[in-house]
Amino acid sequence: MVQTAVGEIQSTERQRRQLPTIAQAKGPQQLPTLESAALQPAKGQSSQAPEQRGGDSQATGQDSARYDLRNIPMSNKTPLYPAHLAAGGKVVDFAGWQLPVHYGSQLEEHHQVRNDAGMFDVSHMCRLHLSGQDSGDFLRHLVANNIDKLTEPGKALYTPMLLPQGGVIDDLIIYRLDNSNYRVVVNAATREKDLAWMFKQAIAFDDVNLALLDDTAMIAVQGPQAREKTLQVLSDTDAVVAAGLDPFFGAVTGDLFIGRTGYTGEDGFEIVTPATGGIAMWDKLLAAGVKPCGLGARDTLRLEAGMCLYGHDLDETSTPLESGIAWTIGWQPQDRDFIGRSALAQQKSTGIPRRLVGLLLEGKGVLRDGQTVQTTAGDGLITSGGFSPTLNRSIALARVPWDCRPGSDCSVLIRKRPQPARVVKFPFVRNGKAV
Amino acid sequence: MSDNPEQLRYTESHEWLRQLDHGIAEVGITDHAQSLLGDIVYVELPEVGSTLTAGTEAVVVESVKAASDAYSPVSGEVIEVNESLNETPEIINQDAFGKGWIYRLKLADSSEIDALLNAAAYTLKAAEDDD
Repeated sequence: MVQTAVGEIQSTERQRRQLPTIAQAKGPQQLPTLESAALQPAKGQSSQAPEQRGGDSQATGQDSARYDLRNIPMSNKTPLYPAHLAAGGKVVDFAGWQLPVHYGSQLEEHHQVRNDAGMFDVSHMCRLHLSGQDSGDFLRHLVANNIDKLTEPGKALYTPMLLPQGGVIDDLIIYRLDNSNYRVVVNAATREKDLAWMFKQAIAFDDVNLALLDDTAMIAVQGPQAREKTLQVLSDTDAVVAAGLDPFFGAVTGDLFIGRTGYTGEDGFEIVTPATGGIAMWDKLLAAGVKPCGLGARDTLRLEAGMCLYGHDLDETSTPLESGIAWTIGWQPQDRDFIGRSALAQQKSTGIPRRLVGLLLEGKGVLRDGQTVQTTAGDGLITSGGFSPTLNRSIALARVPWDCRPGSDCSVLIRKRPQPARVVKFPFVRNGKAV
Repeated sequence: MSDNPEQLRYTESHEWLRQLDHGIAEVGITDHAQSLLGDIVYVELPEVGSTLTAGTEAVVVESVKAASDAYSPVSGEVIEVNESLNETPEIINQDAFGKGWIYRLKLADSSEIDALLNAAAYTLKAAEDDD
């Protein structure tokens, strides 16, 4: 099934747009120019700044001078925008995209996903198709986790992409379709810096192609009933493919890509459709009883599930070792030279200064990003805080000194007053249940 | 959005005030305010016996989205707070102008009420916010 799927994806790609090839220049290295619609090969002008779109991303490393973030056009609309208006969505700007924060009640949408099935427009996220003989070697160098863990076709990998100093440029999902075809999903807010970084690293490889899949929509269907309700609306062929996916696998079927992945701690699918088919898919899911859910619920769901949000829990000033995602570092084999490896090894040997922990507020109130955490080991900071509808109390992720361990007590300064909280492991909720 | 009741007075910062008998007034946040805040999960109530000054912070309303200050429309002493908000803060979402009242105070100077907006003026102000 998957072998067939790979053949289909290649033809689909060709129909969609010409696949550009990254210049093989090994001499004076040149940054290819990025266009919003397609990646172009290098044309020999080295200092051309790419067009900017997307959110509050910071340009990366030494190339920061090339990008002017002051001219970010705002308010892109996803192919599903009319559906949000039709469903009464309260639309806000998110990382340069017009997206619904809720459709009435964020709490109800949260519970809908924990108890039944909800869907999110995640078309703003940046989807790439990576191909070429050297794409595997490129990824072995580019990201901290090891794609060789993906022994089966279609398997997905969660991984940070690091600076040489070990800070996190972004966190991404990579699906391995076969040895020279990968699907990559990166964050909307970091889109331009991610692409610039990937291009820069790709120059060292002869045969790596990166194609943006911008003419697509992406819908995340999540919840205990998500799979069943999604299978009802898919064509027989697509339903067979989707039903056969194990957790954290994805496959191309027809003009769809379906992954059994998500960002809520619940089972479900993420479906990529051609942009023109987005609304039809959305409406079919709606008719099957899948309720639209906004970015607000997406955030409380992922926080309960203990999943990091880039720009909050992950950033360029903290390593994965300090961010609760040490498990994503593929140390084996020892001779795999991924970017950031030596910095991580160095930090591991000299001592990791901070760690990411969960917090449970003992009393009433709500923990918020940026609040100071006072521990016996020193002060820390809340990186994501909020109200947990499932636990009916406030929870947070916080970066604290390494010696502050789960099981201990701390205080959080809420409006300058210390409030007692408990340091815990996360996730807080998995598959609808408190952990 | 439900209509803003005629008998109440309002502030530009989205509080409402209802005059009761004997120089007592009841205060809450408007339906427009609760709709902007979204699902309310916690209300930090003022202390009974505390003295509030017009225009200063009286209450913190925490929704799933954010923490927001609510200001006292007038000056006075807090004589009662809506204890039911401790367990069911969502009644502000459900009935902002009624069961969702937040505190009652003894007016220091009832002429301060004259400076507040009437329903028509507040409705206009809230509509401007939406633009």
